[in-house]
Amino acid sequence: MRHALDQNIGIFRRMFASPLAGILNILVIGIALSLPAGMYLLLQNAQGLVEKLSDTPQISLFMNTESKPDDIDKLRKQLEQHPAIARVEFVPRAQALEQLKQSTGLADVIGGLQQNPLPDAFTVYPKRSAAQSLDELRTELAKLPKVELAQLDSEWAYKLEALLKFGRVVVLILASLLSLALVAITFNTIRLQILTQREEIEVSKLIGATNGFIRRPFLYFGAMQGLLGGITAWLIITVSLLLLNYQLGTLAHLYASQFTLHPLSLGDSLTLLLFSMYLGWLGAWLSVARHLSQIEPR
Amino acid sequence: MIKFNQVHKRYPGGYQALKNVSFEIAGGEMVFLTGHSGAGKSTLLKLIAAIERPNLGSVLVNHQNVGVLKSRALPFLRRNLGIIFQDHKLLFDRNVFDNVLLPLQICGFDYRESHKRVRAALDKVGLLKREKSNPIALSGGEQQRLCIARAIVNRPSILLADEPTGNLDAEYAQEIMAIFNAFHQVGATLVISTHDESVLQNTGLRVLSLKHGELQT
Repeated sequence: MRHALDQNIGIFRRMFASPLAGILNILVIGIALSLPAGMYLLLQNAQGLVEKLSDTPQISLFMNTESKPDDIDKLRKQLEQHPAIARVEFVPRAQALEQLKQSTGLADVIGGLQQNPLPDAFTVYPKRSAAQSLDELRTELAKLPKVELAQLDSEWAYKLEALLKFGRVVVLILASLLSLALVAITFNTIRLQILTQREEIEVSKLIGATNGFIRRPFLYFGAMQGLLGGITAWLIITVSLLLLNYQLGTLAHLYASQFTLHPLSLGDSLTLLLFSMYLGWLGAWLSVARHLSQIEPR
Repeated sequence: MIKFNQVHKRYPGGYQALKNVSFEIAGGEMVFLTGHSGAGKSTLLKLIAAIERPNLGSVLVNHQNVGVLKSRALPFLRRNLGIIFQDHKLLFDRNVFDNVLLPLQICGFDYRESHKRVRAALDKVGLLKREKSNPIALSGGEQQRLCIARAIVNRPSILLADEPTGNLDAEYAQEIMAIFNAFHQVGATLVISTHDESVLQNTGLRVLSLKHGELQT
């Protein structure tokens, strides 16, 4: 146990024997990892937003401006009896105009209008929120008499979700490439380490060290470098998020919204750290497998 | 303990280092290996430690044919050997104590036990007071003794020494021979190569003499 500890202390001593090079390596790894991880976090946040919005989908039915109160009553009954609809709300054109005045601060402009340009409308709350059934319902409602337009309010949320799927693929590609870079960085660092410790490796082999014994400190070194890189990435993301949230606070206040970006969850943080550690270990392992066999004592 | 059976060793490039060498060394025996430089003394020792492998014939160490040993078995052969290298092979990135500690770390010795053993080995070669020094600060004779301490700390049953008194003056050489004698007393097998015939006088020990790769009888 103590020897293992001694060996580990030796690793840290070596790591910080050239502190600048070591820190630069860790920084490079950290930045490389923070890019895909940060993008993942933003996507995760957008995903949360989409889910919140598409959770309570609405379909707005805009009436033909020539429709009479009779038509409206007829339609209302029809809608209320529809098996796929949970609830219907009627929004008279006068009320819609009033709402528009209040919510947009365009009261002066609207006040100058000679007649109300808005149609009567229904807000329809469907029972099911699956994208396909919503779309079917929308098409069906659009064909009803006197209906000018049926609009799925959460449609943009579905569009956004499609966009997020695209974003996820981008993150995946980026993460794969940068992971490869991390492995390459570790591979090279370990190669240099092996070269500078050539003598020690040779002597150790001569006095009975197994390959495992010689390999171990390099693997620890790689894993440690990866872990420290992961911690750096985590710090970069967390600090960036704090800065963004600060700016977002003022922005959200203007829009009277409570929107903030959520930080990396505990699970995601752990995954990031373990993954970076594993990649460092992998790079070291590849390097050791490649270079140690070339050192044979003579 | 060590048995060579018609061993030939030719290096890449065609240099014939050993020709048809056969001999046997019993357990607990102390044997000198002499010959002019280039006679094949170092090669012979390297064959015992499986640092080199014979082209023909067999090298048996503890009834094990080390010439065909798998590379993963090599470490366990070498842990039974104490090797004193001609060029010392000391590590200058650590102090005297840690140099001697290395073989014990490799074998996975317990911390306390290994520290006790390192001090005992350093005491035997008279370097206990220098344990904190860097080997680079030691004289040639002291470096040689440090190399011996590292070779014996593991208490190997076989000790191989390649020109241990090579470039030391007579007084130092005597000291080192005394250390080897003490080790011989406790039952170890020793093979010591030297081109210095003067240390052989009046020892009454067996001498294997090599000439151009062949054993002289």
